[in-house]
Amino acid sequence: MTTATPRAPARHFHPLRIALYAVLVLAALFYLTPIYVLLITGFKSSTEAQNIFNMWVPPDVISFRAFQTAWFGAADTVGLQQGFWNSVQLVVPATLISSMIGSVNGYILAKWKFRGADLLFPLILFGMFIPYQSILIPLVQTYRIFEQFTGIKLFSTILGLIVVHCIYGIPITTLIFRNYYASIPTEMIEASRIDGANIFTIYRYILFPLSVPAFVVVLIWQFTSIWNDFLFGISLANDPRVYPITLSLNNIAGSFHVPWNIQMAAALLTAVPPLLVYIFLGRYFMRGLMAGSLKG
Amino acid sequence: MSPKHRNWERVVSILLLLPSILALGIFVYAFIAWTGYISLAKWDSAAPDFTFVGLRNFEHLFIGDGTDAIRFRYDLRNMVGFTAFFLLSCIIIGFGLAVLLDQRVRGEAVFRSIFLFPMAVSFIVTGVAWRWMLTPGEANDPVGVNIIFTQLGLKNLQSTWFTDPTIAYLSPDSGVGAILNSIGLGFLTTKDFGYPLAITSLVIAAMWQLSGYTMALYLAGLRSVPDELREAARMDGASEVQVYRHIILPLLQPVTLSVVIILGHISLKIFDLVVSMTGPGPGFATDVPAYNMWKTTFDATLFSQGAAIGLVLLVLVAILIIPYLRYSIRAEAQV
Repeated sequence: MTTATPRAPARHFHPLRIALYAVLVLAALFYLTPIYVLLITGFKSSTEAQNIFNMWVPPDVISFRAFQTAWFGAADTVGLQQGFWNSVQLVVPATLISSMIGSVNGYILAKWKFRGADLLFPLILFGMFIPYQSILIPLVQTYRIFEQFTGIKLFSTILGLIVVHCIYGIPITTLIFRNYYASIPTEMIEASRIDGANIFTIYRYILFPLSVPAFVVVLIWQFTSIWNDFLFGISLANDPRVYPITLSLNNIAGSFHVPWNIQMAAALLTAVPPLLVYIFLGRYFMRGLMAGSLKG
Repeated sequence: MSPKHRNWERVVSILLLLPSILALGIFVYAFIAWTGYISLAKWDSAAPDFTFVGLRNFEHLFIGDGTDAIRFRYDLRNMVGFTAFFLLSCIIIGFGLAVLLDQRVRGEAVFRSIFLFPMAVSFIVTGVAWRWMLTPGEANDPVGVNIIFTQLGLKNLQSTWFTDPTIAYLSPDSGVGAILNSIGLGFLTTKDFGYPLAITSLVIAAMWQLSGYTMALYLAGLRSVPDELREAARMDGASEVQVYRHIILPLLQPVTLSVVIILGHISLKIFDLVVSMTGPGPGFATDVPAYNMWKTTFDATLFSQGAAIGLVLLVLVAILIIPYLRYSIRAEAQV
């Protein structure tokens, strides 16, 4: 799929065009509404936030208290802080490792096609569509059994979460890299083979240096999906000390005694890292989304 | 390059792929088979129990009027209702916005980023924000969007949102209902085939998150239609509407197929949003198979029953995905 290139804007204004802009602006307001609500509620003091009938009205006095409590926690609330750092420790290695795996797989599948590769590829891809509910019980069991035999604790550890995200990330990372490498002319590789290059040197000196765009797309994609994951977190993390941030947020929002301003502040803080990625690297983010539709 | 491979490189290439193949072989295929085995066992407490009980767990889900069967029927009903309205709203809004943005709009990039950013946040964040906005309050003391409806004088748009236990269904007394009854399809006029109004809240939140993505897919599709093709049609006297109707829409069919598959599989698996926004809802009005599986397995420790639900969900997703994978791979092979 081609990336969208905007065409030159029209010059004159017709009543129909005014209507067109009106619809676009209304739509933009709709998409921004939740962010508006998160912001104004998060910046309210507890007293102001208690008046829920004023929930659409911006705060009289801007207070950072809710963000402070959401981050550091309070007597009866566990803050996001721990979950945030857990997610960082989980996301960074998982993103890097799964991108590396995808790059090597993509290289082999694009440039070293062997018999049966065409059958293998859809079998790999299928893994990214399955509902994880159909593998969760064996996954938990396997982690428990693995610990009995090796003493390495995977259940309810960050390491265990890194492992699942790397494995279930194989299909999407392989897909993006395979499509990317397929677009690199084979003649280039043929030429280097005449110069004596082999399977390793071709990757190391030709394809890997050309892979930067694909790496950016995959790193961003994996970063956002792993940061936003909830199902693996809630199934495999059994201890607040390893909860990823989405779990911490869900616990803050799910308990009835936590005031709305703290819930909204926590939701906003959880959303910040992927939003920053989106704001600064949006172009690449788009390409990852397009790859998600299978056609590179 | 393939015929010239040296043999050792051929071996190395397979060796490099082997760890991934093994990992997916175990974590996807063997685990699915293992889930299948568990679904045929009697494991209904914290301690594993692999006593073979045949299809009993599936019978619990599909046959009779036990609590499990009623709940699972509601799950499937809710999943269908959610999927239908979610897909429909995303396609209409996504396509509409894409067509509007394709009209040489000033500030297109800004609009595009605003429509698309919800895609970057977690379903948990979405759920927390929308649960707050759709908190109903009381009819005379409204909260959330109900306040806005009141202030705009649209009081009849007020709703009890995700707390609404109402199931809309075709009454057997209605004209169509009577016809269905007379041809032996009377079961369609029961609450099992209705639409729970509480689901609408989930649809709105999910639509907020993914309609911009749909817009982006359609916009990319529109941009790939060559300008010459539009020009040629205009030269032949086609109106702007006719250009869309006869030239562009048919060319966008593959995009619509992608949208249906991608959003469809997300929608069948919807879990995080339900957890953070509604839970099972009044009378299981917002319960879905993915949520039920999780609760049944890890809260109620009915592992075999949970495995059965997980498998049914897998089959539903596979029915959608496998033909699509075959189609895409074949389409790719032709290029």
